[in-house]
Amino acid sequence: MKDQLYKYLLLLGDNSMILGHRLSELCGHGPNLETDIALTNISLDLFGQVRSYFKYAATLKEGETEDSIAFLRFERDYYNTILVEQPNKDFAHVIVRQFLFDAYHKPLLEQLMNSKDETISAIAHKSIKESKYHLRFSSEWVKRLGDGTEISHQKTQNAFNTLMPYIEELFIETPLELAMKNEGIGADLNLVKASFDKTMSDVLPSANIETSDIKLRKTNGKSGFHSEYLGFILTELQYMQRAYPDMSW
Amino acid sequence: MTNKKEWPVWEVFIRSKNGLEHRHVGSLHATDAEMAIENARDVYTRRMEGVSIWVVQSKDIVASNPEKMGELFEPAADKVYRHPTFYNLPVELKHI
Repeated sequence: MKDQLYKYLLLLGDNSMILGHRLSELCGHGPNLETDIALTNISLDLFGQVRSYFKYAATLKEGETEDSIAFLRFERDYYNTILVEQPNKDFAHVIVRQFLFDAYHKPLLEQLMNSKDETISAIAHKSIKESKYHLRFSSEWVKRLGDGTEISHQKTQNAFNTLMPYIEELFIETPLELAMKNEGIGADLNLVKASFDKTMSDVLPSANIETSDIKLRKTNGKSGFHSEYLGFILTELQYMQRAYPDMSW
Repeated sequence: MTNKKEWPVWEVFIRSKNGLEHRHVGSLHATDAEMAIENARDVYTRRMEGVSIWVVQSKDIVASNPEKMGELFEPAADKVYRHPTFYNLPVELKHI
């Protein structure tokens, strides 16, 4: 039970960590000052959540710290979904990836607010406000780009075509998630899916985005099977800790 | 100067807490009012600076002409009797 809770915390934290890292890659490279700082803020929000999850996880396993959990695992021991690993191909990809994640993350946190585990519930209470803002930010941008110029529409539709297939995995319940749900600790992914679908039907028509032809893909990052991108992300993320173990500022 | 690709400039006013007035804190670029509020939130309230945001397009602000500073403001300079500086204010009074 303790082991399962530990792994569940990693699963929750890893999505925020890898997406936070992807956003941090844009720091100083945003299309303009205002958007650059907005994306960096979102990255910082996500890393704040990661720290809470990993700090808690470290108390459950002898010898681990939030840093060792974040930086010293092998690729197969990260449980983030494939969606958040996808690269910052262009601004539309950044926004659509964020939108798909936020539409999933917000209802997930809403459920975790009622978790029987008090620490998870407290983290969710704190994070939900951030997540609501992220969803507002990303859905406004999806509408703006999708319903903007011909080029912005095409790029946004392309981003949906590329990224939408990865949402399937978000809602496939792993044995771990099933166990956590039954304990009253984890979220019910069916309810998360219902809310996700509602967000899609609220936002996509006003963005002129068509997703009915997109075929979903069965991926399983949540069990440690990743795309080729995660290895490169970890090489960069882990470099300092691997080169200078236990370094501090 | 008007470039179609350049987003309009907005002036941002923030109220730091209830009871105080909104103050001008700076400007930013945004395509519409909604985005201006969001950008202002991200650029100017990251360190808990505010509880309320106003934005207004810079072009909508009517400003006095700096060249007319002399006729507008200097006549007041030698009329100290207009200042209420001869009153003693109670120490509890703040923000004056």
